[in-house]
Amino acid sequence: MSARPFLADALAHKGRWLSYRWLILRRLSQGLVLAGFLAGPCCGVWILEGNLASSLLLGQVPLADPFTFVQSLAAGHAPALRAMLGAGLVTAVYLLVGGRVFCAWACPINPVTDLAGWLRRRLGIKSGFTPSRNFRLALLPACLLTAWLTGSLAWEYVNPVTGLMRGLAFGLGWTGGLVAAIFLFDLFVVQRGWCGHVCPMGAFYGLLGKTALLRVSAPRRSACTDCMDCFTACPEPQVIRPALKGKGTPVILDSNCTTCGRCVDVCGEKVFRLTHRFDRSLEEDASPAPPLT
Amino acid sequence: MDDRGNDSSVSKGFLDAARRKFLLQGAGSACAAGAVSLGLMTHVKSARALPSQALRPPGALPEADFDTACVRCGLCVRACPFATLNLAPAGGGIPVGTPYFEARSVPCEMCSDIPCKAACPTGALAPVLEDIAQARMGVAVLADPERCLSLQGMRCDACFQACPIKGKAITMERLTRPGGMTVFMPSVHTACTGCGKCEHDCVPQVAVIRVMPAAQVRGELERGQRRSEPALGMPVADSPAVSAPPRPKTR
Repeated sequence: MSARPFLADALAHKGRWLSYRWLILRRLSQGLVLAGFLAGPCCGVWILEGNLASSLLLGQVPLADPFTFVQSLAAGHAPALRAMLGAGLVTAVYLLVGGRVFCAWACPINPVTDLAGWLRRRLGIKSGFTPSRNFRLALLPACLLTAWLTGSLAWEYVNPVTGLMRGLAFGLGWTGGLVAAIFLFDLFVVQRGWCGHVCPMGAFYGLLGKTALLRVSAPRRSACTDCMDCFTACPEPQVIRPALKGKGTPVILDSNCTTCGRCVDVCGEKVFRLTHRFDRSLEEDASPAPPLT
Repeated sequence: MDDRGNDSSVSKGFLDAARRKFLLQGAGSACAAGAVSLGLMTHVKSARALPSQALRPPGALPEADFDTACVRCGLCVRACPFATLNLAPAGGGIPVGTPYFEARSVPCEMCSDIPCKAACPTGALAPVLEDIAQARMGVAVLADPERCLSLQGMRCDACFQACPIKGKAITMERLTRPGGMTVFMPSVHTACTGCGKCEHDCVPQVAVIRVMPAAQVRGELERGQRRSEPALGMPVADSPAVSAPPRPKTR
């Protein structure tokens, strides 16, 4: 393609707000989760007590991370009722909206890896290698096996996701170094390395999202100009192709889609929109979809 | 068309290219995950040991079970009205993210409603503990008697006075030293909950009486006791039957 800058079409056709809308809303959501946990220790306003592993919303609603919960089961402890209720509640929500919505809208590591991804693109860093995206699917059972063998929540000794949120609310220690390491890994070694290839927590939430109702669709895919901006912006670009370029449903059904909505933002032709799983409607454009070169 | 011809000729072989790539990648991922798993096991083995100054909240399961049950959420820390508890930061020598307190800085005030235990969502702080006096957070030990002011003949009973179950966990036992001087020795009994008030109030700059995790003081005895006594946190036997180890035969 020509030396057309990323996002140029969207900015020209839709203006600034519609080109950044979902990104801004997502940062707001991440900020709210963080503020919910930090408002208590910082200002004495208790919105969310605890941390991502398990918490109490407004002093009433128990919430618990289902991945930590499953590790606990694997390690050989049947958690008490409150943890079960909390994990059940969180599981139900993510079954509905898609597990990896957690990754894009709540996870504290996401802004870090997003920054690394953005910087990598801006600096034109092409170094590193591309390991299999299935590595995380191997790491997930490995974590549970380790939990079983050690009788311990082994992954929680190093998990940067729960670790960072816990660190921010209770004292960071060396977790800051771990987060910095992930940033450098994403920046120099593997593009979208942590979230896209390694994180077993993301893999777990991905499995939760197999039947999610909330999905991104490409109903105006016939208007696609092959500018590739959506592939550039997407943290899991492999999920787009079947919906955008395939003959079947325009709905992105791959559970690795984090529903971040960035493709909706960056598309100048308004090809994508957030919808539900069963919305298979296609808006036919006058011109047929040009083939991908 | 040429490409396709090539593809089909490859597939006539043992495995076609795509399948081979898939299997190789899968095997690579599995090996890498196995390596991470091994590394993790080694790390956990060294990182899960509790240092002697770190005490668990009341009702905490025995250390190995606690490590299985605690999800490191910090709800007990938030529930503690005296800011006694902390979650261990990474790299501090205490299993990362687990709740602990250090008696010398802030001891446990032994709330009768045990709010930390009530806040625990997983049962890592066992719900069976109802009477805080039955908690066994640790055991007080007169760690360095030579420096004890009372044993030196001074009139100090700070640990005795600090003890919330006064007269039961710590008594001052009369002792006659060689030379005829009568002194009083702080003696710890099985009623000790390990709250750490004695260590906190101990007068010398470095505490003489210290509270340590029960397993470190009583070792196997503690574990055996816990197994035979399903009611968690019951006091250990008053005079445990300790017999001398069998001697090796003399040559």
